[in-house]
Amino acid sequence: MSRFLPRALMAPAVVTLFAWMIVPLVMTIYFSLIHYNLNQPGEHGFVGLENFRYFITDPDFWPSVLQTLELLGWVIVITVVMGVGLALLINEPFPGQGIVRVLLISPFFVMPTVNALLWKHMMMNPIYGVLGRVWTFFGATPVDWMTDWPLLSVIIILAWQWLPFACLIFITSLQSLDREQMEAARMDGATKLHQFWYLTLPHLGRSIAVVVMIEMIFLMSVFAEIFTTTSGGPGNASTNLAFLIYKQALMSFDVGVASAGALFAVVLANIAAVFLIRMVGKNLD
Amino acid sequence: MKFKTAFAFGLGVIAAASAHAVDLVIATVNNGHMIEMQKHTKDFEKANPGVTLKWVTLEEGVLRQRVTTDIATKGGQFDVMTIGLYEAPIWSKKGWLTPITTDAAYDVDDLLPAIRSGLSLDGKLYAAPFYGESSMTMYRADLVKAKGLTMPPNPTWAQMADIVGKIHDPAKGVYGLCLRGKPGWGDNMAFLTTMVNTNGGQWFDMAWKPQIDSKPWHDAITMYVDLMKKYGPPGASANSFNENLALFNEGKCGVWIDATIAASFISDPKQSKVADKVAFTQAPVAVTPKGANWLWSWNLAIPASSKNPDAAQKFITWATSKDYINLIAKSDGWHAVPTGTRKSTYANPEFQKVAKFAAEEKKAIDSANPNDSTLPKSPYVGVQYAAIPEFQAIGIAVGQQMSAALSGKVTVDAALKTSQTAAEREMTKAGYYKK
Amino acid sequence: MKKKAPFPLVRTIASWFIALLLFFPLFWLGITAFKTEGQAIAGHLFFSPTLASFVEVQARSDYLHYAFNSLITSVVSTVLGLLIAAPAAYSMAFFRTKKTRDILMWMLSTKMMPAVGALVPIYVMAQTTGMLDSLPALIIVFTLSNLPIMVWMLYSAFKEVPNDILEAVRLDGATVWDEFRHAILPLTMGGIASTGLLCLVLAWNEAFWSLNLTSANAGTLAALIAQYSSPEGLFWAKLSAASLLAIAPIIVFGWFSQKQLVQGLTFGAVK
Repeated sequence: MSRFLPRALMAPAVVTLFAWMIVPLVMTIYFSLIHYNLNQPGEHGFVGLENFRYFITDPDFWPSVLQTLELLGWVIVITVVMGVGLALLINEPFPGQGIVRVLLISPFFVMPTVNALLWKHMMMNPIYGVLGRVWTFFGATPVDWMTDWPLLSVIIILAWQWLPFACLIFITSLQSLDREQMEAARMDGATKLHQFWYLTLPHLGRSIAVVVMIEMIFLMSVFAEIFTTTSGGPGNASTNLAFLIYKQALMSFDVGVASAGALFAVVLANIAAVFLIRMVGKNLD
Repeated sequence: MKFKTAFAFGLGVIAAASAHAVDLVIATVNNGHMIEMQKHTKDFEKANPGVTLKWVTLEEGVLRQRVTTDIATKGGQFDVMTIGLYEAPIWSKKGWLTPITTDAAYDVDDLLPAIRSGLSLDGKLYAAPFYGESSMTMYRADLVKAKGLTMPPNPTWAQMADIVGKIHDPAKGVYGLCLRGKPGWGDNMAFLTTMVNTNGGQWFDMAWKPQIDSKPWHDAITMYVDLMKKYGPPGASANSFNENLALFNEGKCGVWIDATIAASFISDPKQSKVADKVAFTQAPVAVTPKGANWLWSWNLAIPASSKNPDAAQKFITWATSKDYINLIAKSDGWHAVPTGTRKSTYANPEFQKVAKFAAEEKKAIDSANPNDSTLPKSPYVGVQYAAIPEFQAIGIAVGQQMSAALSGKVTVDAALKTSQTAAEREMTKAGYYKK
Repeated sequence: MKKKAPFPLVRTIASWFIALLLFFPLFWLGITAFKTEGQAIAGHLFFSPTLASFVEVQARSDYLHYAFNSLITSVVSTVLGLLIAAPAAYSMAFFRTKKTRDILMWMLSTKMMPAVGALVPIYVMAQTTGMLDSLPALIIVFTLSNLPIMVWMLYSAFKEVPNDILEAVRLDGATVWDEFRHAILPLTMGGIASTGLLCLVLAWNEAFWSLNLTSANAGTLAALIAQYSSPEGLFWAKLSAASLLAIAPIIVFGWFSQKQLVQGLTFGAVK
């Protein structure tokens, strides 16, 4: 096959993505180097790295970086582990398997804002929420989720929303598992654990990699859920980098600092990606 | 000859018709009164043929971002914007708004003076108020009476603390005091600013230096955290207007100090379990009565980048006129009319009959003065906010700290210190301190 | 050949329990939609249902208009995206070069910038090209937002195709198109379908750009929801009703298509 064909096939995707990415990226870099505040139009002087300095000297900066990674890490771990577990659980046929599958993937279809409001008011509110009532039913004081465990609350909300996605991918992948290979291994005396570790898990390798990568992309920039529930608080306990940028962009209307923040986020994302690639990378080939 | 005139006439008609076919895009907030207005779209369109109203309704926070982005980039997406008493002075000074032209029938002098002055620059009105409010104390008369107490007409915080402590009864599901705690410059900070004001504090001194680490702030916030810890409901640091409304309606709050509009909800037997047991009085004062209750209005304004300013003028003057108020009164009853804008509404006996809280509400609004709401002189206008662009970011940062203090995550002192640093950072960046 | 496995009781109970537990919040949202505001706060499991909230939502906003916009933008952007992404994924999966991994990573990194940071540049761009408040603008944004994911997932699906099948087909002298249609497509149908479904859902639920780039005409269901989130006054029943209306189409679609997904896979299982 000639070299031309592959390039021609890739061209539309690469070209459109390039154009789509390059223009806002260049504009963002440009804005990050000037003074551009929507409230002070007309003053667009070059300020060098001042915006970056301002963003990084925010006392909330390092906590938000840490919390971004915490959020990311925990949601990925919960969804992958539970996702694999659930996919395995419902892999073999049993009565109502189809319905169970449908129930499991439903939360993914809910809009993030609705999801956040649902959890905040109907589930986690200590007086009205369902969880509060369950706690009271068992005689315990209801947990004030948003106040006492803000980051954990956000993690729970996000994990609930992304678990169906992970399940779906793993269910799909498990369907193409080679049954005869498993049967042969079982007859050779391999235990369930052996079967899982040496046959199932490697087979799932690529789909785990896909789930991790995709979740990482979305969770890195999650902010709607935080905005709706805790507004980054109390204090800065549930602020992540995206929320910090939002504060600059849509509270201060300081496009310059927001752009600088966005570039920081890209750097952080790339660093995280490099680490994750190291861990799951071989499965991507 | 006849043909030419006919032709010209025909062209004229077509030109006139197409000149009138206008889509007026209105950005508005999803509050009860605005939703009510949308239901009366046909009334406006019938009186103004050729103009179709297109509504974009959003939640307050999102609305604010959307219209600010649009007006600052001259996007031209909206012909009419709903803005608050906070944006009006800032935007009119920047020349982003077109003045509202009114005629004699509109009776611009009928507008409540406190609000009108907040919306005017150099004598010209830049936004027409649609709805106005202040804050006041709403309480359960039955609970207060049961303990043999009386609520004074202008209570002090000391008196309030005493009453709240005595009616606090969590065993019966009644929390003595419900107050806002959710972080936000229009959420918890709206209330807390009034508490700071009445304790003799301010946001910035005349040199624009933030005063958050000052004694009045310490006194106010300490009292707030103390009272809420002892007599507030659980989860208070995430509660805003809606959550407290729900609590009060369920009978779980003894005293609630919040927006005057709440009065209409909690007196409505259709949604409130305690509708017949509520009473009202002014917001509590401490060292000074200045700024003890806030002033807010939702207003309709025309961005300079609007493509249909004439139609926009017509709509705005219609929506904020006496005729409109009468229209709502006829179709929905006097209890549903938008309040807090015109003296004539309060003077109307029909309105007074159905709105038991009207007298206290008017008293509260009249006593609020955005130009003089702090004991020491301040360089900014605004009762529960400072009408400078930097305030939003400062407000939310401080709000987050106050919420953390309420939830016990940080001490009051630490919260105030962190807030002071954050405010200083913002003000320095914005260039308020020329070297 | 395989002996019939005994009825898996533990597995059945465990699966049902977990599934119901995870579905419960959605169930709660569903029933709240049929309550009045007062009932919504009281939060009982048993109540007399009413359609009052739905009526209110429908009276206030033009649901069909928003739903139509959501439908058009999601479907068109997904189809467009698949058309652009498939050739790229094909090329990367079967004609690997040294640069392939880097290009993939670069594509993903384009998505890593938080949207809120790019709001003003994109808003200004849309405004200069006169595309504010238009469906094409949303379609373009959605397509390009989801493109990296589509390329990635399709690439992953294509890589699952074993080489011997490809060799066999090629030896028979098939063209690229034949190869694609007869060998690759059946085997990767599951992967393509789940990619399409994922991106459809992502576009349907997309709220940030939908809210910021539209005003009167091109609003999607995200704009409908924005009308009901956190106004002044009680709103939980209405929000639930609006949310139910907003997610109903996509949930129904998802339920049906996941059946196809699994069906498609059992045909494509590697022998």
